[in-house]
Amino acid sequence: MNDFTTIPDYGLSWLEASGDHSDIVLSTRVRLARNLQGHAFGVRARVNDRQAVLANFKEVFARSESLMKGTLLEMKDLGPRARRILLERRLVTSDLLGKTEGDPPTGTAVHVSHRDPLSVMVNEEDHLRVQSLLSGLRIQESWEIVDSLDEELGQELPYAFHHEFGFLTSCPTNVGSGLRASVFMHLPGLVLTKEIGKVLQGLTQVGLTFRGLYGEGSEVVGNFFQVSNQTTLGKSEEDLVDHLDKIVRQVIQYEMQARQVLLRDARGVTEDKIWRAYGLLRYARALSFEELMNLLSGVRLGLSLKLLPELRVYTLNKMMIFTQSAHLEQAVGRDLGSEERDSHRAAYVRRILTSEGDVTANS
Amino acid sequence: MPDDLCDNCGSKPATVNLTQIENNEMFSYHLCEDCAAQKGLEATTEPPTSPLPDFLAQIGDEPREEETSDSECSFCGLTFTAFRETGRLGCPHCYQTFESHLRRLLRRVHGGTKHVGKIYLPPDPTVSEIEKRMEALRRKLNRAVEVEDFERAAELRDKIRSLEPV
Repeated sequence: MNDFTTIPDYGLSWLEASGDHSDIVLSTRVRLARNLQGHAFGVRARVNDRQAVLANFKEVFARSESLMKGTLLEMKDLGPRARRILLERRLVTSDLLGKTEGDPPTGTAVHVSHRDPLSVMVNEEDHLRVQSLLSGLRIQESWEIVDSLDEELGQELPYAFHHEFGFLTSCPTNVGSGLRASVFMHLPGLVLTKEIGKVLQGLTQVGLTFRGLYGEGSEVVGNFFQVSNQTTLGKSEEDLVDHLDKIVRQVIQYEMQARQVLLRDARGVTEDKIWRAYGLLRYARALSFEELMNLLSGVRLGLSLKLLPELRVYTLNKMMIFTQSAHLEQAVGRDLGSEERDSHRAAYVRRILTSEGDVTANS
Repeated sequence: MPDDLCDNCGSKPATVNLTQIENNEMFSYHLCEDCAAQKGLEATTEPPTSPLPDFLAQIGDEPREEETSDSECSFCGLTFTAFRETGRLGCPHCYQTFESHLRRLLRRVHGGTKHVGKIYLPPDPTVSEIEKRMEALRRKLNRAVEVEDFERAAELRDKIRSLEPV
C-alpha cells in the first residue's frame, strides 16, 4: 500500500531554505482551481460525480508521462495519522480530509509528482487543485511549474470553462484564472516596531489579502503572515503573479528597514529577546506548539540579523514541521496526549539544537 | 450621515469612511469604529474571513424578483438560498442559472466579469476559440521575451505554431 513515505522527497523540498530572501519568505505557493464539465462539485458533488472525477484523473495518470512518475495517494487507503502528516506537510488541506473522525470523503486523493514541488488534489472543493510549493520567494517559477502541468491536464480533461467568466470554480472568489498565489512571510520587525498594521492595510488597498498563522486559538502566532492575491478575475495570470511579486518585495524592504530600526534604537532589548528565545528552546522540558512558534520567530530573527551565527534557516523550517502533533506521534509510534506531546516536542527541539552545535560557544 | 449603520456589522453607527481602489474601480464603505479598527491593525488578530458572505448579505438585502420563486439549478439542484448560505456554487451550470446575480457579485468581488487570462481549448474548438487561445499565448510569449526567458519563449512559439492553420 502506498503511504506518505513513498512521496519523492516526502513533500518536504520547500523546507530547504533556498530561493530569494529565504530568511524572510519561508515558501511560495501557486495553485490553480479546475473543474470538469458535466459533474457537480464541492458540496453538491454526489458519490458518482466524485468517483467519475477520480476515474478521469486516474486515466490521465496512467497515460501522462509526467504524472506516471509520481504517486497517487487515495485518502481512503491511508490511516488517520498518515493523513494528518500530509496535512502538516501542507500537501493536502483539511477540506480534502473531511471531518477528523470517520472516513475521508469519497474519491479524495492527492497526486505528488516527480517534479517534487508539484501536487494535485482531487475532489477537494474543486475537482482539481494543481499546486506548487517552493522554498523562498519564487512566484514566477512556481506559476510556470503549475502552468505547464495544467496545460498537459487540460489537453486530456474536459475543463469547465466559460467564454466570459473563464475557469469555473465552486467559490465565485476563485473564478476566472482560478489562480491563488501566496507567500508565507516572517515579519517580526514590522510587528515589533508596530508598523505591521499600516503595511497590512496597504496590502488590502492594492488588491492583496493576508492572513496570520493561527494556533489553536485565534491569535496570530510567531509573526508569520500569508500574503496572497485577492481577486482572480479580470487580470492575466502573469499580471497577478507579477503584482504579488512586486508588492512582496516592497514588504521585504519595509521589514528589513524595521529590523535596522530595532538594531539602532533597541539593540539591547532585541538581543535579549533573541537569546531568551534560544535559551528556552535549548532547555525547556515542555513546549506547546504556539510557544514554540513564538520562540522560533525570535530565533529566526536572530539568525537573519546574524546574532545567532551557527544555526541554519533549514533547521528552523524543519522544526516547524516535525514538531506538529502527527509528526511527533509518527516518531514515537503511538498516539500522544497533549502533555506528552509538549514534552516530546521540547525533547525533539533540544536534540536538533544540540546536534546543530552549540551557538553559545562562539558568541 | 450619522444615522447610517455600519456596512460591515449593520448594528453600530458608521463613523468612518473607507475608500478602496481595486482594478480602477472605487469602492466606499461606511464603517463603525470597531469594524474599521478590525480592518486595520486588529485585523491581524481575527481569523481570516472571506469577503463573500458580506457581499452575499448585501445582495440578499436588495429585493430581487428571482427571490420570490427561489431559482434552482436544473443540473445540480442548488437553490439560490443555499448558495447565499454557503457561498459555494454546485456545478458549472450554476453560472448560467444564477448569471444575473453572479454578474453583480463578480463585479463587486473582482471589479469586473471578464476573464483575460489563459484560454482553455476544448477538444473540438471553434475558429474563434483557437484565435483567442493564440492571442493569450502571444501575450505570454511577449512576456517571456521581455524577461529573456528564451527557453519558455521557444516552447510558447511551438505551441502557437501548432495552432496555426496549415
